[in-house]
Amino acid sequence: MANEVAQKPGLWGWINRRLPVETFMSSQLLEYYAQKNFNFWYFFGSLALLVLVIQLLSGIFLAMFYKVGAASSFDSVEFIMREVNYGWLLRYLHSTGASAFFLVIYLHMYRGLMYGSYKAPRELLWLFGMMIYLSLMAEAFMGYVLPWGNMSFWAATVIINLFGAVPVVGPTLVEWIRGDYGVADATLNRFFSLHVAALPMVLLVLVGLHVVALHETGSNNPDGIESKQKKSAQGLPLDGIPFHPYYTVKDIFGAGVFLTLFAAVVFFVPTFADLFLEKANFEPADPLSTPDPISPSWYFTPYYAILRSVPNKGLGAVIVLVAVLAFFFLPWLDRSPVRSIRYRGWIFRTFFALFTLSFLGLMYLGLQPAEGIYVTLSRVGCVLYFAFFILMPFYSRIDPVKPVPDRVTFHA
Amino acid sequence: MRKPASSTTWILLLGLAPWAAMAADSTTGQAAAAPHGRVDWESWHAHNSLKDLASLQRGARNFMNYCNGCHALKYERYQRMANDLHIPAAALEKDLVPPGSHPLDYITTAMPAADAFNWFGKVPPDLSLITRSKGSDYVYRFLKAFYVEPSTVTGSNNLAYPSTAMPAVLSELGGVNEAVFRQVKDAKEFDHFVNLVRGSMTDAQFDDFVRDTVNFLDYVGEPAQLERQTMGIWVVLFLVLLTWLAWLLKKEYWKDVH
Repeated sequence: MANEVAQKPGLWGWINRRLPVETFMSSQLLEYYAQKNFNFWYFFGSLALLVLVIQLLSGIFLAMFYKVGAASSFDSVEFIMREVNYGWLLRYLHSTGASAFFLVIYLHMYRGLMYGSYKAPRELLWLFGMMIYLSLMAEAFMGYVLPWGNMSFWAATVIINLFGAVPVVGPTLVEWIRGDYGVADATLNRFFSLHVAALPMVLLVLVGLHVVALHETGSNNPDGIESKQKKSAQGLPLDGIPFHPYYTVKDIFGAGVFLTLFAAVVFFVPTFADLFLEKANFEPADPLSTPDPISPSWYFTPYYAILRSVPNKGLGAVIVLVAVLAFFFLPWLDRSPVRSIRYRGWIFRTFFALFTLSFLGLMYLGLQPAEGIYVTLSRVGCVLYFAFFILMPFYSRIDPVKPVPDRVTFHA
Repeated sequence: MRKPASSTTWILLLGLAPWAAMAADSTTGQAAAAPHGRVDWESWHAHNSLKDLASLQRGARNFMNYCNGCHALKYERYQRMANDLHIPAAALEKDLVPPGSHPLDYITTAMPAADAFNWFGKVPPDLSLITRSKGSDYVYRFLKAFYVEPSTVTGSNNLAYPSTAMPAVLSELGGVNEAVFRQVKDAKEFDHFVNLVRGSMTDAQFDDFVRDTVNFLDYVGEPAQLERQTMGIWVVLFLVLLTWLAWLLKKEYWKDVH
C-alpha cells in the first residue's frame, strides 16, 4: 500500500512520500476490522467524539466574546446572548453540548459495563476512558462557573470546600485552589484558563490514547467474544468488516439521529426544564444570597446524593471519591470467565440491575431536597451502588454463566 | 408617554392614591367581595404567548408607563425592542426613548440608585432577566398578589414575595385587596382576597394587563426566543432529511454484510 501511494504522481504522491497520510488512513479505517454485530450501544463512542468537536468549536467562538472577570463575566454572557450574531446559538450549543457529553459518555460507559468491555485485554483502554470521564467532570465543573451566575458561585463554593476534607492541609489547599479567601475573581480567572486551555489539551491527549488503545485491541462486541481471528479461506475475518465504509456510514446515520435530537433541545428547550440551564444562574453571583436549594447539574447528582447521604462531611467527600474511582478497578474486580451480560448468570444480572437502579435513583435523589425519605433512599442507593463493586470479586466468580458461542450473533 | 424627570414621584403618588381613597371612605368596595372558597394563587399561570405581537407591544407600553420609573432593562436597547416588536421608528422616538437618550441606548431608569435605596431600602432590581431567574408565572403571580398590610413601610405586602420592598404600584388599575387568612394548625394560610377599592380596570382587564407585561418581560429575558423556534423548525427538518438519506446509504452499504 505504502509503495503504491508513493508512486502516485502529483501533490498527493508528493505529500505521501513525505508523510504517510494514506497509509495511516488505510490502516486505521479500511484495514481496521470491527465485529459486524455492533448494536445501538455502539453509537456512543463516535457520538462522544462528535460532541467533543461541537464543544471545541462552539467554545472557541464563545471565548472570542466572553470577558472573564467577576465584574464582566455575567454581562458578557448576556452580551453573547443578545448582541453577538447567533451568540445565543453558540451558547446553547455549548450548554446543551455539556449535558449531551455526559449523556453520551454515561451510555458509552454503560455499554462497557454491559458487555464487559473493560476486561482483558482492554484494561488500558478502559482506564484511559475513565481518565477522560474524570477530566470531563473537571472541565464541566469549571465551565459551569464561568457565566458567574449565582449557582456558578455557590456550586464552586461547595465543590471547592470538599477539598477541605483533606487531613492537615485541607484549609490551605482550599485557599490555594481558590486563590482567595472565598470564591472570587482569582478563582474565576484560573478556572477560565483551565477550562479553555489546560483541560481541553488533556482531554485531546487522552482521547488520542483511548483511540490508539482501541485500535490496538479492537472493539469488544455485544457477544463479548474475540471471533475476529477466525478467518475465511481468503484470509478475511469471518465476523469482521472494515470500519470504513461500514461503520462510517452507520455512524453518520447515528450522528444524524443524535444531531436531530440535539438541535430539538438547542432550539426548543435549551434550559430543559431547569436541568441544562438553571434559573438561579440567571441571577449574577451574590456571596450574600444562597440559592435554595443548591443543586449541581444533573450529571453530578448521583455523587451529590451520595455526598449528602453521609452525615460526616469529610467521610462523605472520601466516599464520593471512592464512588468515582471504583470504576477504575473494574477490570480486576470482575472475575467472571465471560464478558457479555448475554452469557452471564442471574447473580451478576441481579447486581447489575440493582446498580443501574441505584445510579438512576441517586441521580433523581440528588435533585431533591436532602430531607426525610430522600436521605433514607439515598443511603439505600449508596449501599447498592457500592455492593456492585465491592462484592464483584465474589459474585462474579460464583455466577452461573452460560456457554459462549463461537461466532457472533448477527441478523442481517 | 414617558415622563422621565417626574415619573418617579408620579408613579409613587399614583401608587399611594388608592390608599388615600381608602382612608377617606372605608366603605368603598366592601360589597364587591364575595368569598368563594380558598384561592389557590400558587396555581396561577401567566399563559402568555410570544407569538402575540400586539400583547408584546402593549406589554412594552405597560412597562414604560408603570415599571420603568424604578426598574431598568440594562441588557435591552430601545432599538432592539422596536425592531423585534415592530414598533415604528417615529413612535419609538416620540413615546418610548426619553429625552437625552438615543434609540441605541440600553433601557435604563431615570431613578437614581442612591435615591431608590433611601426610599425603598434597596435598589429596585433590573428586570432584564427576571422571567429567566424566577419564571414568567412567578412575575404574573407577584403582580397580582399585593394586599393591604398597614404595618409595613409601603402599606402593602405580597403573597408571592412576602415583605417585598415594592409598593403596590398597580393598585390604581387592579384595585386594593385585603387578604383573608385562615389558621391551619400553627400557620396562617391565605384563603382569599376581599376587594376594598375597585381599580380602574375590571378583573379581566387587569389580568390581561399583567399578562401583557409579563409577556414583554418574557421576551426581554431572551429576545432570541422570537427567531430561535422558527429557525429550529428548519434545522430539525433539514436534519431529519439528512438522517433519512444517511439511513438509505447505510442500508445500501450493509446489504452485503451477512
